[in-house]
Order: sequence, then structure tokens, then C-alpha cells
Amino acid sequence: MGAVVRLLWQTVFLAIGQVWANKVRAVLTALGIIIGVASVISVISFLNAGRDWMLDQIDSQVGSRTMWIWGDVPDAQRGVMSWADVRVNTTEARLLLERAPSIEDLTPMCNRSWEIGYGKETVRGASVRGVWASWHDVESRQVVLGRPLSRIDNEERRHVCLINEVAIEELKLDVDPVGDYLLINGRRFLIIGVLETKESGGIFGGGQPRTELYIPFNTHKMMDPYSGTWFQANMVDAEQADETQAEVRFVLRTHRGLSGDDEDTFEMEIVASAIDFFNNFAMVITGGATVVVAISLFVGGIGIMNIMLVSVSERTREIGLRKAVGAQPPVVLMQFLVEAVVLCVIGGFVGLAFAFVLTLIPKAVPDFPLDEVPLSAVAVAIGMGFSALVGVVFGILPAIKAARLNPIDALRHE
Amino acid sequence: MNPASTPSDVTIDIRGMRKIYRVGDETVRALDGVDLTIRNNEFVAIMGASGSGKSTLMNILGCLDQPTTGRYVLNGKPTHKMGMSRLARVRNEEIGFIFQSFELLSRASSLKNVMLPMLYSRRHLFSARRRAKRALDLVGLADRMGHRPNQLSGGQRQRVAIARALVNEPSILLADEPTGNLDSKTTVEIIELFRRLHRQGQTIVIVTHEEDVAGHAERIVRLRDGKVISDAATDEDPIHRDWVRRMAEGRGSMVEVTDAEHELNAMADANKPGPEVRRGWFGKKRPAEGSTVLPGGDDESGAV
Ligand SMILES: Nc1ncnc2c1ncn2[C@@H]1O[C@H](COP(=O)(O)OP(=O)(O)O)[C@@H](O)[C@H]1O
Ligand SMILES: [Mg+2]
Repeated sequence: MGAVVRLLWQTVFLAIGQVWANKVRAVLTALGIIIGVASVISVISFLNAGRDWMLDQIDSQVGSRTMWIWGDVPDAQRGVMSWADVRVNTTEARLLLERAPSIEDLTPMCNRSWEIGYGKETVRGASVRGVWASWHDVESRQVVLGRPLSRIDNEERRHVCLINEVAIEELKLDVDPVGDYLLINGRRFLIIGVLETKESGGIFGGGQPRTELYIPFNTHKMMDPYSGTWFQANMVDAEQADETQAEVRFVLRTHRGLSGDDEDTFEMEIVASAIDFFNNFAMVITGGATVVVAISLFVGGIGIMNIMLVSVSERTREIGLRKAVGAQPPVVLMQFLVEAVVLCVIGGFVGLAFAFVLTLIPKAVPDFPLDEVPLSAVAVAIGMGFSALVGVVFGILPAIKAARLNPIDALRHE
Repeated sequence: MNPASTPSDVTIDIRGMRKIYRVGDETVRALDGVDLTIRNNEFVAIMGASGSGKSTLMNILGCLDQPTTGRYVLNGKPTHKMGMSRLARVRNEEIGFIFQSFELLSRASSLKNVMLPMLYSRRHLFSARRRAKRALDLVGLADRMGHRPNQLSGGQRQRVAIARALVNEPSILLADEPTGNLDSKTTVEIIELFRRLHRQGQTIVIVTHEEDVAGHAERIVRLRDGKVISDAATDEDPIHRDWVRRMAEGRGSMVEVTDAEHELNAMADANKPGPEVRRGWFGKKRPAEGSTVLPGGDDESGAV
């Protein structure tokens, strides 16, 4: 056992010595391996970084557990049903909270553009949303000044509102506007708090943040009973998206008395589907890269096999000598196999270095959405593993050839 | 040096050995029924004309090759029944083989070259370097351990090869024309080394076609066309005795070679012609240090 370890050890050095003695040849030979490993590592690293970036974006915008539910007329029912017939309502919101344990939090929402006024300033078409107090749990947006909306605000239909920081600028409000009044569609509302402005952008597009106001849901409905309504919910677990959707569907279908083959009169959407979309995209990229990698590793492997065959015939006398002093066939086999593997692994390291350089590019390119592209440990493991595997697969034939040589024939070789 | 368990002191026992090569339609009987027994601590020279089968025999003795038919028992072990791996082990542990062309690894130092057999040995796991140094010391190359073969003279290279052959303490040392590539002075040094090893108890079989080299052995086995034609103590070998007599009388081809050598020396040393000195060589009894070994005459000359 000890002898085997020592032999392996010495064989590795022997092999490194061999490779070092033929540096240029080794690099040219290992080019396929280098390209293969560099592409495996960089593609996986970039995809990982892209996915992380996207999840980050989603989290910073809405959170990956977010789910939307709204009423929808099935295609077949157009003309029979109206939007108003299928609109989600607060009864259903309460039902879901009660009966769908996979829903953690939920708020009904409605939205309208109204004119906002403060003193001489007016903003047209600002988004005013009606929400429950639970909105603060569903969408984590910090209240930087004042207080959040409460249940009582909603139940008593109070004329209170939260504004975002942009509104302060656009309406030229006081730096601390809490306690001031402004006009929404001509009605006086008390400003109870200020929300952080979320930068919209990234994957959801958007551009400049706009004035946003949040008022109690019931107050909103009182001002306009016909505005569109939907639910925004938080799932308990983003991984359980399918189960959650099934639960929601069951509760709503039961409540709406839909039977067997009736179509759903509602729709839902989860952020996770954006992740699915990215995963599909990543799969296509990975598939393409796999083909490139497979081809380059195969070509690399053939190169390795060729060079090892050359090496075996160049060193036939040496092999003969080693056998003459007692190298057993399996030992010779191992020596050449290790040499092929070392050659490939060195190629792998060079490929790794290339991949590393590639991952530095985003930092150098201004405005590139990804800043940090960390080398994926898994990718490095896969890349190095594959290069070693190529060494074994394509090195075995030359190694067998060397191991089978008859010592005296080998020694006579010119 | 042999394990005490060996009942007899027979190291090599060969019976009815044949080695037949088939090249196209032709068959070459390189060895054609050889019987040979070599005992522990013998110093045997194998002689014969070129193509008589000496190397073939040596390669089989060294387990580098296997006979077509016949038995070869080495230290009580029937090697003719062994497979590749076991033969490799026998080569590693019991045989030290020395080649005419040294067969050193050109990129490795002397020390690394000598350590090579222990790389494949199970026995000397932790003592490899120490043993290699001792072996190099034994052949007088303690100060050349870091040198590569191309930094050494022919004689030094062969001594590295001898150290390599000795490093695993083989029961038998086999040398196929070890001095074939060496000049006469170096030949003397190498032969001296063999004699010393023999005095220390090493069993040695050496192939040579030089009578003066063979003269150092205790016993001469002569081959012709793959058969043993003569097997006798050196003193009793008629060809060798004849050669010694002719040497003593200053006759024969040896003289011509010696004269030619003198002429060359004189030419090289033109302004100071060397003194006319005739150097003699009388069998095993070497008169003095510094005497030159004469290259042997053609080994066909005395063949009966
Ligand atoms: N590999 C081989 N294939 C065919 N013939 C061989 C081979 N090796 C040796 N021989 C033949 O066997 C005979 C003995 O060769 P060898 O043992 O090398 O002679 P020596 O060493 O005495 O000069 C020669 O006739 C040689 O041609
Ligand atoms: Mg020969």
C-alpha cells in the first residue's frame, strides 16, 4: 500500500517532468482540454452569477415568494360573463388566508391614477393603490418616516395615505411631511408615513421612479368601487409554488362553485415563473456549451491519446529498462495513465486560469449588469474532473500498449 | 547472499532449453538444447562467436525473455512457469542485469538511476536513497551522485549501471558484454570491480568475447549455434590456455593490436614518442597496477 502511494507520488513527478520537458508540445496537445475546461467553468460561472443577479433583482423588487391572483374571464365565457362577475373580493381574500395554509400573507389591491395636489403643485396620473395593512408584510417596503397603515385605517375608511420619497420631491412637500394633508382626486388625505422609493429597473424595466400613494383598501373602494382588484400574496415557501397554487385554486373554485370541467375564473402568477424562465434560458445556454465542451474535450482527448502514443514509442527503450529492473505491467500502465491524466489536469488548470480571466471582464466593462462573477466551485470541480476523466479515457490505450511491451523487445527498440 | 533455506547451493539450473525464433518461413534455433548449472558464488564467463546465442541465453537467465521449451529454475523457483508480473518481481529482487549499452535514463542523475529498481520494489521503501548511495559508493562513484549520464565517462556510466544492478542485492549479477563499449583501460577497471564483487561473494555471469576478460572468470562456458560446446574451469579451457600461451610468447593477433595502439599513441604524442613497452597479461595473475588490458583477438580464432 505504502509502495503504491509512493509510486503514485513519484509517477506524478515523473509525469510533470515529462510534461515540463515538452512544454510547447504539451500546451498544443492540451489545447482542446484547455478550451473545454475554460468554457465549462466560465459558462457555469456566468450562468450562476446571472441567476444570482436575477434572484437579487426579484428579491429587491418583490421577493421571490410573491404571488398574484386576479379574476379572469375564461376565453369560452367571453360575452357571457363580465369582468365584474369574476373580480376577486375581500371575502375571498379572507377565505384564502383562512383555508390556504401555504399562503402566509395576503392583501387585496386596487389601483387608479388620480390627480394629486399639494398647495400649488399637482401631479397627474400618479398611482394610488388601496391596500390592507397586511400589505406591509406582503411587500417589504420600509416606512422611513411616520407609521404604517393599520387595520383600523381600513375598517373606518380613514382618509390617510402613505407616500413615497419621490412624491416629496414632485409635490415639493416638507422634508418631514407626516401630518400634512394633500388632495387625492379632490379629497383631503392625511399623510401618515413615507415609504422608501424602490428603484424600478433591472429585469422589470421601468425607468424613473414615480409618485406613488398607498391608502386603505376600503377607502379606495369607496372612492371608486369599479377599479380593478387583485391579490398580492406571500407564499410560505417559494419551492412549494405548485402546491400553493393548487391550494389557492381549490379554495377559490370551491367558493365560486365551479364544478368538474368548468374553467377557472381567475388567474395567478408567481415570481418563481420568472426563475423558471431563466432556468430554461440557462438550460439552452448550458446545452449549447455542453456541445462545445464535449467536442473540444473529445478533440483534446484524441490529441492526448496521440501524444501519449508518440511518448510510448519514443520511450520504448526506457519502458524496456523499467521492466527489466522489475516494473510490473500494471505499474507501467499506471505510470502512463498518470502521465496522461497529469497532462490533462495541467491543461485543466490552464483552462481554469483562462476562465478566471474571463470572469474578470465584467468588472472591466462599464455598465455591464454583472459586477462580480465568482468562479463556481462546482464548475471548477466539474471542469477538473472532466479533464482528469479525459486523461483516463484517452490515456488508457497508450498505457496498455506500454504495459504489454515485452521487456527484451522494448530494449531492442531503436 | 542466498537465502539459507535453499537446500543446495545451485543458483541457476537450466535443462533442455530451446529458444526458436520464426522469421518468415525461416526458423532460427538461437538456443538448441542447453543444459547449464551455475552454483552460488561462481564467476562464469559465457563465450562464443557472434550469433551463437549468448545474448539469448543471458536474456532468459535474466528473466527478460522466456525459452520456447525447457526448464529454468532460479534459486529453486521454476521461472518457466511464471507470468509477466511474477517475472518482473524476480527481476527486481533476484537479478541484477548489466547491458552493453548501459541503458541509463539520460535525464536522471546517477543517484536517481540507481534508485530506479527500488521504485518497483516492495522491500526498500524508506531506505532507497541510502541504499543507492551505498551502491554508488561501492562502485567508487560517491562523488558523482548528482551527475547525469552525459556528464560521465563510459566507464563511469557502466559503474552507475552496475550500482543499479547491485542495489537490490540480487542473488545473481548478469552482464551481457559489459565492456563491449569501453576502452581497454576502463575495461580493466570494470573487470576489477567484478572481481572485487565476486570476492565479496557475488555470483556473476558475464558474456564476453574477449579472452582476457574471460580470464578473470573461474569458469568458461562456450556456445556455438545455440549449443554448449565446452564448459570448463578457466585454467582447463583449452582455447583459453592456448590464448594465454600465445600471449606469453607475444604472438598472435593481440600483438598486432597492441602495436597499432602504440602507433596511435605515438602519433597523438608526436613530439615525445612513447617508450617501447610491451605490456603482458597472464591469465588471472595480474602483475601490476597500471597495466593496460589488451583488447581481445577475434573470438573465432581459437574455435575448434
Ligand atoms: N528477436 C529475434 N528474432 C529473430 N532472431 C533472433 C532474435 N534475437 C536473436 N535472434 C537470432 O538468434 C541467434 C542468436 O542471437 P544472439 O543471442 O543475439 O547472439 P549473440 O549474443 O551470441 O551474438 C542469432 O542468429 C540471431 O540472429
Ligand atoms: Mg549478444
